[in-house]
Amino acid sequence: MRLVILEDYDQASEWAAKYICNRIIQFKPSQGRYFTLGLPTGLPRNHPESYHSYMWNNFFKHIDIDPNNAHILDGNAPDLQAECDAFEKKIEEAGGIDLFVGGIGPDGHIAFNEPGSSLSSRTRLKTLAMDTILANAKYFDGDLSKVPTMALTVGVGTVMDAREVMILITGAHKAFALYKAIEEGVNHMWTVSAFQQHPRTIFVCDEDATLELRVKTVKYFKGLMHVHNKLVDPLYSMKEN
Amino acid sequence: MPSNKSVSDAPIAQFTNCRILRDRRLQREDLWVREGKILNPEKLFFDEKGSADIQLDCKGSIIAPGFIDVQINGGFGVDFSMATDDFKSGIDLVSQKILSHGVTSFCPTLVTSPPSVYHQVLPQISVRNGGAHGAGILGAHLEGPFISKEKKGAHPEHCIRTFEAGAFQDLLATYGSLDCVRIVTLAPEIKRSSEVIRELTKRGICVSLGHSVANLSQAEEAVQHGATFITHLFNAMLPFHHRDPGIVGLLTSDKIPAGRRVFYGMISDGIHTNPAALRIAHRAHPTGKAIPVLGPAVGLAAKLPRRVCLPSSGLVLVTDAIAGMGLAPGRHTLGQQVVEIDGLNTYIAGTKTLSGSVATMDACVRHFLEATGCSVETALEAASLHPAQLLGIEHKKGTLDYDSDADFLMLNDSLYVQATYIAGEEVWRQDVLGM
Repeated sequence: MRLVILEDYDQASEWAAKYICNRIIQFKPSQGRYFTLGLPTGLPRNHPESYHSYMWNNFFKHIDIDPNNAHILDGNAPDLQAECDAFEKKIEEAGGIDLFVGGIGPDGHIAFNEPGSSLSSRTRLKTLAMDTILANAKYFDGDLSKVPTMALTVGVGTVMDAREVMILITGAHKAFALYKAIEEGVNHMWTVSAFQQHPRTIFVCDEDATLELRVKTVKYFKGLMHVHNKLVDPLYSMKEN
Repeated sequence: MPSNKSVSDAPIAQFTNCRILRDRRLQREDLWVREGKILNPEKLFFDEKGSADIQLDCKGSIIAPGFIDVQINGGFGVDFSMATDDFKSGIDLVSQKILSHGVTSFCPTLVTSPPSVYHQVLPQISVRNGGAHGAGILGAHLEGPFISKEKKGAHPEHCIRTFEAGAFQDLLATYGSLDCVRIVTLAPEIKRSSEVIRELTKRGICVSLGHSVANLSQAEEAVQHGATFITHLFNAMLPFHHRDPGIVGLLTSDKIPAGRRVFYGMISDGIHTNPAALRIAHRAHPTGKAIPVLGPAVGLAAKLPRRVCLPSSGLVLVTDAIAGMGLAPGRHTLGQQVVEIDGLNTYIAGTKTLSGSVATMDACVRHFLEATGCSVETALEAASLHPAQLLGIEHKKGTLDYDSDADFLMLNDSLYVQATYIAGEEVWRQDVLGM
């Protein structure tokens, strides 16, 4: 794996953004050759904090993506299992995910694959763990009764099929999860640890997230920053070619 | 890329690289328009899988809702209180010319006139949508003749009347018809005004208090019966007195019925009101509904600085423009009177009595911004959102909310109008050569 340690949230975000940008340019997407970006999933559609609103406001409205190429799991679908199966099929039809970008929960989960999720799981309906519900309460005015208890999510296996995985981890409250994910063994209680077995994983974090790691680990990867930074050197824009 | 719209085939325009006034503040957002209305791009994206047909780069302009002028007596040589043969072409001329001032809807105003004028002129005013031909007409504003002789201002004394005898019937007989009337200004101290105010309010006509010597309790009673507006605050009314604030006291009165707001017009041309008085009014008005400024913090949005918004007030900017607006200095008519224009000052010929103004709406907005030091959002709302709220049309005019009419302006940072749009179509653009 690559472990890229930046100083703070803003720098980590910027590094990750530049990396994704470069990966897309290197891929040379065109009509009929799509770069498939995978992202974790979330809340039911109608809620103002819904994933649709979140994705629109933070991503889709800033780029020129064709709406037909934006696929979000629909938590209001009549047959949820069919919705999940259809999603897996769409990924397959698109040629698989080129780059999956995700975060990590304080309980070490990737997407909503809570502790105990099978490491070969596929897209399905999951009941959320209390930790996750508590973490999401802030989007619902702190009212626990309003937080959804179930969510559709890509499985660990689904993400493992991606050609490259990038995990963003910032903040001291994620430090223990990061430690469990990369310095301990592969364990279904800390589902992010599954990516130790993925050929191309990159963890991008800030200083606070490294608080529970061994000094030796941190020093090693910090020493590699000059190599890591080459990955974000500006490439020519697609439009200029 | 080809758009796939399941709801409508009409072209979709996306205005980019701009700051729009939405949710009470200027935000860096794109404005989407379809079929003359503001479109919700998120619904378009997810529900219709649609995208824009045309993209327009606004080069960093501010996009604000079109201005609404609820008190304008004429302009460019046209006097709405004069019953001429070509009255219709006169009103068309004014509605077309004020597009360059950023006005997209207005209420042609008639000053105190003899009944014959009302009978001839009012049938020629019709409510109509704006467009390339000119700003939309929301209805007439009848300022008088039921006003106080002591506060007539520039209105002709011999035409001033009361409705003591027949109340509403007298009023109806004087005006002839109320079909296209939107606002009536009257003096509440006239006997039986309460009945008249109730009748007018029942018919959906906004009642405004002005040209009056009413004390505070008479004004409050009028509000309780339905009055919601004050015509050019401070002008043509008793000055504020600490033991009887008069109509001005409505700004801080505690006798306003719950859930109602009293709006007040101000002519911020730099002449009708001293900037200090403008500031007192602006700061004194009680708060309106609480505005949710802090929403749940989501991801990146939480990191963006949020400006604190002042609660909405009832201040409505008006021009009170007269026929001479837009013309060279000199003599012009205002109803039955002759007025003289010298620079920005307009007086009854031979006197020092102010009579209307020659200020344009955008100049009023700029002056208001400068004199009060308020935010750009507040200045823009005073000319768009508040008049729309006064007339109860804020669900379709006065804002850039989704599904409202796409009447908007492109302004530069100093609030000079660069372009005017009505129903999503460009109806005026600043000539690049600065003409």
